[in-house]
Amino acid sequence: MNGFFDIPSDLQHSWAGLIGLHLRESLLPVAAGLLLALPLAQLCVRFRWLYPPVLGLTTVLYAIPSLAFFVVLIDYTGQTELTVMIPLAVYSLVVLVPAIVDGVRSVPQETLAAATAMGFGPVRRYLQVQLPIATPAIVAGLRVAVVSSISLVSVGALIGNQGALGNLLAAAQKYDRPELAVNAVLTMAALAIVCDALLVGLRVLLTPWMPRGARPKAAARPEPLTAKGAAR
Amino acid sequence: MNVLNFVNAFFSDSAHWHGYDGIPQRFWEHVQYSLLALAVAAAIGLPVGLLTGHTGRGGNALALIANAARALPSFGLLVLAVLLIGFGLLPVMIPLVVLAVPPILVTTYEAVRSVDPSPVDAARGMGMRESRILFQVELPVALPLVLSGLRSAAIQIVSTATIAAYVSLGGLGRYIVDGLYQRDYEKVVGGATLVAVLALLTLAVFWAAGRLAVSPGVRRR
Amino acid sequence: MTSTAKSSRSRTRHTGAVAVALTAAAALLAGCSSDDTSDNPLDGEKAEAGTVVVGSNNFAESTLLADIYGEALRAKGLKVGYKHNIGSRETTYGLMKNGSITVLPEYNGSLLAYLDPEAEQTSADAVNEAVKAKLDKKLTLLESSPAEDKDSVSVNAETAKKYGLTASSTLADLKDAAPELVIGGSPEFQTRQQGLKGLETVYGLKFKSFKALDAGGPLTQAALTRNEVQAADIFTTDPTIVKEKFVVLKDPENLFGFANVTPLVHKDGLPKEGVDALNAVSAALDTETLLDLDAQVQLEKKDPLDVAKAWLKSAGLA
Repeated sequence: MNGFFDIPSDLQHSWAGLIGLHLRESLLPVAAGLLLALPLAQLCVRFRWLYPPVLGLTTVLYAIPSLAFFVVLIDYTGQTELTVMIPLAVYSLVVLVPAIVDGVRSVPQETLAAATAMGFGPVRRYLQVQLPIATPAIVAGLRVAVVSSISLVSVGALIGNQGALGNLLAAAQKYDRPELAVNAVLTMAALAIVCDALLVGLRVLLTPWMPRGARPKAAARPEPLTAKGAAR
Repeated sequence: MNVLNFVNAFFSDSAHWHGYDGIPQRFWEHVQYSLLALAVAAAIGLPVGLLTGHTGRGGNALALIANAARALPSFGLLVLAVLLIGFGLLPVMIPLVVLAVPPILVTTYEAVRSVDPSPVDAARGMGMRESRILFQVELPVALPLVLSGLRSAAIQIVSTATIAAYVSLGGLGRYIVDGLYQRDYEKVVGGATLVAVLALLTLAVFWAAGRLAVSPGVRRR
Repeated sequence: MTSTAKSSRSRTRHTGAVAVALTAAAALLAGCSSDDTSDNPLDGEKAEAGTVVVGSNNFAESTLLADIYGEALRAKGLKVGYKHNIGSRETTYGLMKNGSITVLPEYNGSLLAYLDPEAEQTSADAVNEAVKAKLDKKLTLLESSPAEDKDSVSVNAETAKKYGLTASSTLADLKDAAPELVIGGSPEFQTRQQGLKGLETVYGLKFKSFKALDAGGPLTQAALTRNEVQAADIFTTDPTIVKEKFVVLKDPENLFGFANVTPLVHKDGLPKEGVDALNAVSAALDTETLLDLDAQVQLEKKDPLDVAKAWLKSAGLA
């Protein structure tokens, strides 16, 4: 009962079950954030005046601690996974919108003109020219969002067993079993590193024209204000 | 919108403005935790970033370390540190510093690396010592980027320092954690608002620092 | 003057931000649930028909008692689900009312103090009657067990020595010392009648300050042991009291009232055989047994579910 993988029964999951839950609770919000960020970013590119207010707003949203976000949402969505996932989706959105806007804007005017000259309509131009060229920047944003999301899910433990692997942290305190906290931290770090590596692999697959091993331009840029999340 | 009412009620309750649990006290505690964490992280990140950036060596190792540090969950580190070390400021500082070092380190490195090589060569040709080149040529040019790294670290610290309350320390997180257990939304929303205010103040401080410290010649570029 | 103006300006700006945050969240809600059709978390809110959901609060004894209730029900062939570690009574009561939880281990007097802070507590039976009168129509209490686990104000050995407090001292004896002492407890202790409020109104105790810890858990135990707080809210069945030589102060005015372990249930959710099963548990559980089971979980680090099952078996309830 004191082993590294002896998960207390009140968490109601095995170690593997907690990992599955953790991935779902952290990755679904990023996916939702991406789906919302794409059109929003496109609007910001289209209407330049929209970008500064959107950027300012997202900065403030990002500064709201996740726990406060969770607690306020309990009244609306109960003590459920959804309560944890909504703030994470918002944080992902905040990271992804600037990443996509910068990526799409980095497409040179000549390239766009060439696409137009070849008879590409706006939709086709967006899907086949702008989006692929912006891929490295988008993936860079996704990496930040995914790693931060994986870390933040654990705070959900504070609103009643909704933190997946984070529940192990609460249990570690409740039963004074530090090995459970070690397990939680290492497992979350491993998940984050694996997901990060998968995204890098995805970027290499999606951008075959880029030299292998070259760093995407976006990653070499200074960090956007909101980059790199943490457990707030 | 009832959230607005919560905020209003929180700030207009005079009991929230004095004593050990008053807003000034909690705000000040939060500022202290944040400043300490930022100072420690800068003391680690800045010299290493400047040095590796100047020599151009160790960039890959740096990226690796930064990525690994980024993967460590702050909340998890906090709980673990408390279990292993006990209470106090140290277990709270560990996750905050781990959180803040990567952005400072990586941005500083990138900032020095991206300085135009021609003035650096010119300085070297004039016979300047390496340390003078770093501090009098590279650093002034790199300063806006270095500041942006510090700024993003500071914002994250301010927001994350709320978790200190979970292990019985003070700070603005106190309102959020207490509000959760007391079922008192006024406190939660009020606490979150104060954190957002502090984050904006931090932004303002860095903006001002940029105006003061960055040489006008660099700023115009 | 300037500071007021400044704070009011930032206030309005940030209320806007929070409002927008919520709007954005509401918009996301739609997005989230639509791409997660296989497992919509919202469905999990209402208990599945026929399943008894046993909840617990965020301290070890609550988990243990919930496991005991749950396994006793399961032994009677009922379908049981758990919702553990939820938080404080302030939260769980709401979830009981809306039917998300069917059964919750409660402490009768503490529940009464939550429902009616003014209520006098003279006997366990009177407390139960008073609770039932105040409870939401959909909820009721089952039979109380003789096992009692009260909140208490305890001081550490050092403080007891300094102020000459012994096992026969009462809370009233703390009056002169209180302004020099930091008291610790769960965050909710700060605002409860059975907490700082009651200590002040009933015993006239005004402490130097309050330090928010956890519900009699490891934070509180450690803070009291290390003298970071000199007094704390500790459960009377806490095995560390003996281990660390804490002194539990007597409560002659019954501020902490009666705290018999009692199942709080949602009337619609629990069939007759379930009621009988939980009443049988209450009859068999006494304070000594509870102390022993608590020690198995908190000191010997056994899993609460295993401890619950073993005890039910030995008591012939499963």
